[in-house]
Amino acid sequence: MLSILIAGVGGQGTLLASRVLGKYALDNGFDCKLSEVHGMAQRGGSVITYVKISHDPLEKIYSPIIDEGGADVILAFEKLEALRYLSYLKKGGVVLYSSQEILPMPVVAGEREYPKEIEKELDGVEVDALSLALKAGNAKTANSVMLGAFCKIMKLDKEKFSAALLACIPQKTVEMNRKAFEYGYETVK
Amino acid sequence: MKKLLLGDFAVARGAYEAGVKVATAYPGTPSTEITEELARYDDVYSEWSPNEKVAFEVAYGSALKGARTIVSMKHVGLNVAADPLFTAVYAGVNAGLVVAVADDPSVFSSQNEQDTRLTAVSAKCPVLEPSDSQEAADFTAYAFELSEKYDTPIILRLTTRVAHSQSLVELKERKDVPLKPYVKNIAKYVMMPANARKKHYVVEDRLKSLSEDSENFAINRTEMNSEELGIICSGGVYQYVKEALPQASVLKLGMVYPLPYKLIEKFAKSVKRCIVAEELAPHLETLIKAHGIKVEGKNIFPLCGEFSSKLVRECVSGERAEVCPIDIPARPPVLCAGCPHRGVFYVLSKLKLNVLGDIGCYTLGAVTPLNAMDSVICMGASIGMAIGFDKAEDGAYQKTVAVIGDSTFIHSGITGLIDAVYNKARVTVIVVDNRTTGMTGHQNHPATGKTIKNEPTYPLSIEEVCKAVGVNSIRVVNPDEVAELEKAVKEELVKEEVSVIIARKPCVLLTKKLYQGFSVDREKCKNCKQCLKIGCPAIINGTDGVSIDKSLCTECGLCKNICKFKAIEGVVKC
Repeated sequence: MLSILIAGVGGQGTLLASRVLGKYALDNGFDCKLSEVHGMAQRGGSVITYVKISHDPLEKIYSPIIDEGGADVILAFEKLEALRYLSYLKKGGVVLYSSQEILPMPVVAGEREYPKEIEKELDGVEVDALSLALKAGNAKTANSVMLGAFCKIMKLDKEKFSAALLACIPQKTVEMNRKAFEYGYETVK
Repeated sequence: MKKLLLGDFAVARGAYEAGVKVATAYPGTPSTEITEELARYDDVYSEWSPNEKVAFEVAYGSALKGARTIVSMKHVGLNVAADPLFTAVYAGVNAGLVVAVADDPSVFSSQNEQDTRLTAVSAKCPVLEPSDSQEAADFTAYAFELSEKYDTPIILRLTTRVAHSQSLVELKERKDVPLKPYVKNIAKYVMMPANARKKHYVVEDRLKSLSEDSENFAINRTEMNSEELGIICSGGVYQYVKEALPQASVLKLGMVYPLPYKLIEKFAKSVKRCIVAEELAPHLETLIKAHGIKVEGKNIFPLCGEFSSKLVRECVSGERAEVCPIDIPARPPVLCAGCPHRGVFYVLSKLKLNVLGDIGCYTLGAVTPLNAMDSVICMGASIGMAIGFDKAEDGAYQKTVAVIGDSTFIHSGITGLIDAVYNKARVTVIVVDNRTTGMTGHQNHPATGKTIKNEPTYPLSIEEVCKAVGVNSIRVVNPDEVAELEKAVKEELVKEEVSVIIARKPCVLLTKKLYQGFSVDREKCKNCKQCLKIGCPAIINGTDGVSIDKSLCTECGLCKNICKFKAIEGVVKC
C-alpha cells in the first residue's frame, strides 16, 4: 500500500491533488481511499488530505486515514505545512515540498516568526512550484507542478498520470496545467 | 461499474438507486454534499429548506403521501428537527423515510461533538451506521426497505470520516419504486393524546421485534479470528480496528440501535477478552452492559475526539507512544482576504462592543486580532441572546450587538427578531449578508432568488421581513465602508427600539476575478500598523515594514479605507 499525505493551506488545491491520485488509482484498477477536510477548517487553515492506494487489486485498504509514522510520501504545497506533519512520515519516506511560504496569522500579526531553515529539517525534495506555475501561465497551476514532480519521483506512468490530472480540471485550463505538470516532471532529477 | 465516491455522494447514489423521489436538507458540514449530489438528478425533487425542522417536515409529508424520501443534516441539525422526528417515530411512515445525520467527532466544523445515537435512543428511532462509501450506498437503500417494513423513519448515521472519505462503490441501476397509496388514517397519523398513548405501545413493540429480527440481519456480522480478543464496533471505527488488529475477532454492527443481544452475547462468550470500540459516547457499551454482558469499553477508550488505527492499537495494548509536539506557528482558519465580514468585525472590535455571534464563516470574527465576539452557541441564537443582555442589565443595549448571517437569519433568526419587537427589547442586529450560505460551500437560500438547481425563484427580502415583523429602523450598508458602518452602529445602538443594520456585500469567493493586488507606498507609510488590526491574511508585517501579498489581495479596499496616511495604492474593484 502507498500512503500519501497531502498538506497545504486551505484554498491551495489539496483536494484536487488527492482526486487526481484517486483517479489514477482507479484507472489502474487499484483499491483506493481518500480522506478530506471541508467546512471551517478550509478557510485559510492548515489542511491535510490522506490518500491510500493499494499495490495490487487484491490488497484491501481499511482505514482512510494515515497514522503518525505511516506516510510513504508527504506531498506539501507549503513549506511550514510539510514541517507540521513531518511526524507522519515513515522511516525512509520522502518529503516532496513546494518552496512557497504562506505566512500564518500569528506570523502575519508579528506574534511569531516563520521558522528558518525548514529545508534542513525536512531533508526532502524542494520544488519551486510557484515560479514554475507562473511560467506555465497562472499561480494556481502550482498543484499541477507538484503532481508532475510527484509522478517523476514515484516513477509512475507519466502518460496515465497526466491523463488523470487533465481529466480532473476545467477544460479551458488544460494547456496551462499540461505545461505546469511537464515543468514539475522535468525539475526533478 | 465501480466509481470512487465521497461517502456523502454514496448516500445520494444509494438513495437514487432505491428510487428516492424527494430529498430535502439545510446545508451542514459534513452532510451537505448528499443533497447537492441528489440535486443533479432530474428525476428526484430536491430542495434547500430554510432549516432542518422544515426539511424534516417536508420529507415526512412526502413519505406519508407515498414517495421514498431522504432528509439530510448535520448532528446539531437533528436538534432543530428533533420535534417532528420524535413524533414521526410514533405515527410511522408510509413510504420509506431515511434521515441521514452526520456527526463530527473531533469537531472539524461544528459547535459541539454530540452523538446522534443518543438522540436516536431518546427518539426510539432505529439507526444504521455504514463504515465506507460502498456501505453508505448499500445501507441507504436497505434503510428504505427497513423503514417501510417496520413503518418508522430510519436514521443513517455518518461521521466526518465516512461522509468525507472517498472509496470505491459499485454503481447500480435506479429501481422504479411506484408511489405507495396514501390512506387517510386519523388514529395512526393524528398524534393527539388518545392516539399517541396507543402508538407508544406500537413503538415499543416495533423496537422489540427489530431487535429480535436484527439477530439475522446480514449487516450485523461476525468475523471470527483469534479467540484471545474480540472487538465489537460499527461505522468508521470498524476500519481502524481491521487495520490495527488484523488478528482480532470482530462483531461489526451495521444497525447500532436497537441491538441484536443474542448475537452480541454469543460473540462475547466466544472470546477471552471482549471490547467495545466506539467513538464519542459509550452508547453500545451501556446498552450491552445493561443486558448483563461483560465487555470493556470506555475504561480504555477516550470519550472525546475521533479514533485512528494507532489509537485503537494503543488503547487495546495499553502501550502508548509519546508524541513530542513541535513548536511551530499554528495556522488557524481565518476570514479570507477580501471577506466582507471583516469590516463589520473591525468596527465592532474598535467600538469594544459585546458581540453575540452566530454560526457561519463570521464566527471567525472571534479570532485574533479582531477578537470581536462574546458568544456563539447555535444557529439563530444571537438575536435571542441580545434580548437577554438587554433584559438582564439596564443600559447593556448601548454596548451590545447581535451578528447573524443571511442564511442563518432565515434559518432561525426571524423568530428572535419577532420576540425583540413583541417584547420591546432594545437590540441592534447586524445581518452580515454575503448573499450565500458561505461556510458550507455556497449554497443558495431563500434570499438568493435561486433554488438548489439554480432555477430562478422569488427572492426573499431581508428588509421586507424586518419591516413586516415591526422593525422601524432598518438600514443597508457596505461593510467595506467602515466609516459609514461605524456611524450606523453608533446611531442605532442608542435607539430604544429594535434596529437592523444589513451589512451587504457578496462573499469574495463568489466573484471569480483576477486581481492585480494592492501595494504599500513606502514613502507614505508611517508603519503605524493600523492595517494589521483587520487581520487580513494578505497584509504582512515583515521586518522591513508592512507589505501586501499580491497573490492573496482581492482589492476590497478595506485596508485603504482605514489607512490615515493614504499609503495603500490600488483601485478598489471587488
